[in-house]
Amino acid sequence: MQEIINRAKELLADGTVARVLGWRIGDLPYNPEPSYFETAEDLEKNFVYDGFCGANLSKYMIEGSKLEGKTLVFLKPCDTYSFNQLIKENRVDREKAYIIGVGCKGKLDVEKIKAQGIKGILSISGAEIEGDAETLTVNTLYGDKTVAYKDAMLERCHVCKGKEHMIFDEEIGESKDTKDADRFAEVEKIEAMKPEEKFAYFQKELSKCIRCNACRNVCPACSCRKCVFDSTKFDSAQKANADSFEEKMFHIIRAFHVAGRCTDCGECSRVCPQGIPLHLFNRKFIKDIDEFYGDYQAGADAESKGPLTSFTFGDVEPGVTGGRR
Amino acid sequence: MSITANEEFRPKIVAFCCNWCSYAGADLAGSSRLTYPADVKIIRVPCSCRVNPMFILRAFEKGADGVIMCGCHPGDCHYSTGNYYARRRMALLFSMLDYIGVEHGRTRVEWVSAAEGVKFSQTMNEFVAKITSLGKNVRLEDLRCRK
Repeated sequence: MQEIINRAKELLADGTVARVLGWRIGDLPYNPEPSYFETAEDLEKNFVYDGFCGANLSKYMIEGSKLEGKTLVFLKPCDTYSFNQLIKENRVDREKAYIIGVGCKGKLDVEKIKAQGIKGILSISGAEIEGDAETLTVNTLYGDKTVAYKDAMLERCHVCKGKEHMIFDEEIGESKDTKDADRFAEVEKIEAMKPEEKFAYFQKELSKCIRCNACRNVCPACSCRKCVFDSTKFDSAQKANADSFEEKMFHIIRAFHVAGRCTDCGECSRVCPQGIPLHLFNRKFIKDIDEFYGDYQAGADAESKGPLTSFTFGDVEPGVTGGRR
Repeated sequence: MSITANEEFRPKIVAFCCNWCSYAGADLAGSSRLTYPADVKIIRVPCSCRVNPMFILRAFEKGADGVIMCGCHPGDCHYSTGNYYARRRMALLFSMLDYIGVEHGRTRVEWVSAAEGVKFSQTMNEFVAKITSLGKNVRLEDLRCRK
């Protein structure tokens, strides 16, 4: 982490960048927050990069591109896909960003630690990115507990896209490919269910939704200036009763609006305060796109056309797909 | 209008028809005196590509039992390529509806040209029969919209 801070201070001092976009120490040991840094003192005192820095900073560069001067932004390997996608959509200015690709060895989910019955967390060691920590030591009000690093990882890190940065000006730190599960296993499990079971499953999950819009706000692909969900004419502007279609409509449309552009960064599921597996919607679209129109990874480059903005003459017919008709 | 137990179930069907082919096809069906059930309510759109996935969900939300989208045959789009994009969108949307457990067959896409009055009438008859057999749409309805 010190290496990152030193490099950021250097770039600030020689005037290459006007500000640094990174993670600021939060009020708890596991909730750092995205933030701008403009002075060396601030960086030294408040900058953090550890296992809990899951936040994808590429979306903040939409605003960052409008500011005077260059912004130094830290991107993890999977965040660079989102950045590429934003370049493709002309939402960020490549010239305004100085990208340092930082190493990532899998990010942590405090909910997974809490789910193991660990309460009263005071501090967590082993989450630093230096070294190869296999276990986390959690210091709690009730004594020290240990958790395997793997068991505390975010869902998205179990289906890691790889350790390569897709776009960067320089790289600091080592990355590790933490993939140990099949990306589409969960989707396939749901696809195999009967219609009643599928319906019951999504009813159960989506009825937890409180419509806080965190999934929309955090999504790097979901960044229209005017959003359909803010319209007072849209029926889901108010919270509806759970057995209505309102929740499903919101989540289908949310995922549909980023279909073909979603890089599967998993931020939606990470930020959901209700723990709804929102990535299941996005991943279903990704799986269908792969099956119908050929494998496609959004953000792997900044030039190619997305699957929903292109076509071929021989595309599958809607009635035939998904076992329908 | 209240539905009593004795009354026969009449589905509400929304058909999005493109101005250049399917709407003219429906017109031809009419002028050729071909019949199709009055349960089908046609909404004319400039192109099948105009149909936002939200339109389809919104129709269901407001109480439709089935939604069908008709457009020009691929390759015949008045705007050259609109229906190709629509085809991709609908393929993904229908697959998603299947994924969340909506019964098969409540949605359909059919390409109907302006010369295919017979096909239009046949398609609508088939679709109404299919939706009648599926019964009332309860999974996609918004309870607030129930009259």
